[in-house]
Amino acid sequence: MNRLTVSASPHVRSADTVTGIMGDVIISLIPAAVTSVFLYGLRALLVIAVCVGCCVLFEYISRKVLKRDNTIGDLSAIVTGLLLAFNLPSTIPLWMAAIGSFAAIVIAKQCFGGIGQNFVNPAIAGRIILLVSFSSAMTNWTQPLQWKETVDAVTTATPLARLSALDLGGNIASQIAADSELPSLVKMLFGIREGCLGEGCAVALIAGGIYLMARKVIKPAIPFTFIGTVAVIMLIAGRGDLTFVAYELLSGGLLLGAFFMATDYATSPISTKGKIIFGIGCGIITSVIRLFGSLPEGVSYSIILMNILTPHIDTLTRPVPFGFVKEKKSKEKEAV
Amino acid sequence: MEEKRSLGKEFTKGIIKENPVLRLVLGTCPTLAVTTSAINAIGMGIAATIVLVCSNVAISALRKVIPSKVRIPAYIVIIASFVTLVQMVVKAYVPALNDALGVYLPLIVVNCIILGRAEAFASKNPVGASALDGLGMGVGFTTSLFIMGTIREILGAGTFLSGADNLLGILGVTFKGFDFTEGLSKIGLAPMTLFILPAGGFFVFGMLIALANKISDEKGLSKAELHGCKHCPMASTCTHMSDEQRAECGMSAKTDENVKTADGEAGNS
Repeated sequence: MNRLTVSASPHVRSADTVTGIMGDVIISLIPAAVTSVFLYGLRALLVIAVCVGCCVLFEYISRKVLKRDNTIGDLSAIVTGLLLAFNLPSTIPLWMAAIGSFAAIVIAKQCFGGIGQNFVNPAIAGRIILLVSFSSAMTNWTQPLQWKETVDAVTTATPLARLSALDLGGNIASQIAADSELPSLVKMLFGIREGCLGEGCAVALIAGGIYLMARKVIKPAIPFTFIGTVAVIMLIAGRGDLTFVAYELLSGGLLLGAFFMATDYATSPISTKGKIIFGIGCGIITSVIRLFGSLPEGVSYSIILMNILTPHIDTLTRPVPFGFVKEKKSKEKEAV
Repeated sequence: MEEKRSLGKEFTKGIIKENPVLRLVLGTCPTLAVTTSAINAIGMGIAATIVLVCSNVAISALRKVIPSKVRIPAYIVIIASFVTLVQMVVKAYVPALNDALGVYLPLIVVNCIILGRAEAFASKNPVGASALDGLGMGVGFTTSLFIMGTIREILGAGTFLSGADNLLGILGVTFKGFDFTEGLSKIGLAPMTLFILPAGGFFVFGMLIALANKISDEKGLSKAELHGCKHCPMASTCTHMSDEQRAECGMSAKTDENVKTADGEAGNS
C-alpha cells in the first residue's frame, strides 16, 4: 500500500466549494423570493420559475454544444436565474424573460468561458439587454398586493420616478409630505411599492445580506461603501434632509444590487482596498444617474460599468507581499 | 489557362477567403454604422464597390508613374475623385439613400478596404487583375454588409428591405419591403430594439466573425492565408508565423536583423 502521496500544490484546501457558496446565495435569496410572491401573486412565481428554468436549460445546452463539462450542478445558473427574475417587473411577457435568460447565460457567461470567466454580472447583462430592447415592457409597473383586491392591474410610477420629479432646490420635506402617492417609509421597508419583483422588500434583502456576511460568503466592504456613498451624495443633494436619503436608499434596486450583484466574485476586485474603490465607484455612478440622468434608476448600469473597470482596479490595488521593500528611485539614480 | 484560373481566384478570394469585413476586419466603421437596414447596407456596398473598382483600375494603370514616396497622397486624390463622383450621382438620383448614409458616403475616401487594396494589390499588379480584385472585394464587402443588415433589421426593427423603393425607385420599383411588426404584435412578440443600436451591431459583427473563423478552421486554412499576411507591411517582423508558413506565402524567412528590431521595439514600448 502506498502511504506517501506525491502531488503538486496546493496541498491544503478550504472546505468551500462553488456549489456550497451558490447554495448559500440561494438560501439568502429565499426571503426576497417569498415576499415577491406575496406582493405580486402567482405571476411572480411564474416569472421566477421561467427565469430559473431557462437559465439552467441554456447553461446545459450551451455547455453541451461547446463540448465542455456539464456545470449545472454548481447551482450558479439558478442564482443567475433568481437574480434576473428579481430584476424584472411582474408584468413582463414570459418570452422576454426567456430572452433575458439567454442573454445572461449564453452571451454574458458561456461565450466568455463559463463560471468565473464572465466579465460582467450575467443577471445584470440580461436585465440591461432587456431594458434597452423592450423599454416599455421593462418599465410596466403594477401596484403590489393587487391579488387581495378585485381591481384589474393598475399601472403606476415607481417611488424613484416620483423622487426624481422633486425640486431639490425647494423645501424637500414638505414636497415629500405633499406627494400622496409616495408610499410611507414603513411601506417602503416592506416592499409595498411599485418596482421589480425582488428589489422591494428591504427587510428580506437585508436579512439575506446579513446571512451571507455571517457565512463569510461576501465581505461587507462593497455593500457598505456602495450604500454609504449613495447616502452621502443624497444627503448633500437633499441638503441634509434625512427622509429624502431614506427614500433614496429604500427605492430602486440599490439594496438588491449592493448585497447580491455587486459582490459577484468573478466581477469584483479581489483586495479589500479594491472592493472599497469598487463600492464607491458604484455609489457615485448610481447617484449621478439618479440625480442628473434621464433614466430614473442607475444601479444596474453602475455595477456593469464598475465590472468592466474591475481588472484595472485589481492591477492598481495589487497587495504588497510581506517583507517587500520598494526600490527607491532617487537613491538608485544617485548610485548610478 | 494558368492566367485565367489565377484571375478567377483574384475575384473569388475577396468573397470568402479574404472577405474584407469578416476575414481582414477592414472598414468596420461603415460596417457597424450603416447596417441598421438591409437596403442601406446594399447602397453602401454598391457605392464602395464602384469606387473600389475604379480606383483599383486607375491606381494600377498609374502604378509605374506614381513615385513611391508620395504614393499615399496620390491614392487619396484618386479615390477622393471617384467618391465625389459617386456622391454626386447618389445625391441626384437616390437622395433618400444619401440622407440615410449621411457622412459615411463621403467617408468612403478613407475606407480601409479601398486604401488597403490600393496599397496591397493595385500598386503591384496589372490592370485586369486589379479590377477583378476590386470587384471581388466589393462583392465580399456588399455581401457581408447585406447579411449584417438583414439580421439587424429583422431582429431590431421587424422589417426586411424596407425603403427598397427609395434605392430602386429610378428603376420603377415600388416595392416597399416586408413589415412583420403587425404580425408579430398579434402573437404578442416585439422586435428587439437592441439590434439596431450600436451594441447590437457589435454583437452581430462578433458572431459573424466567429462563424467565419469556424468555417475557415474547418477548411484547414493556415494562419497566414487567413489573415492575408502576404500583404501586411509588418510581415517581415511578425512573430506569429513559422518559416514554413512564410515560405508557403512566398515571403522571405525571418532574418536576425528583423527579429532584433522587433524585439527592441517591444522592449521599449
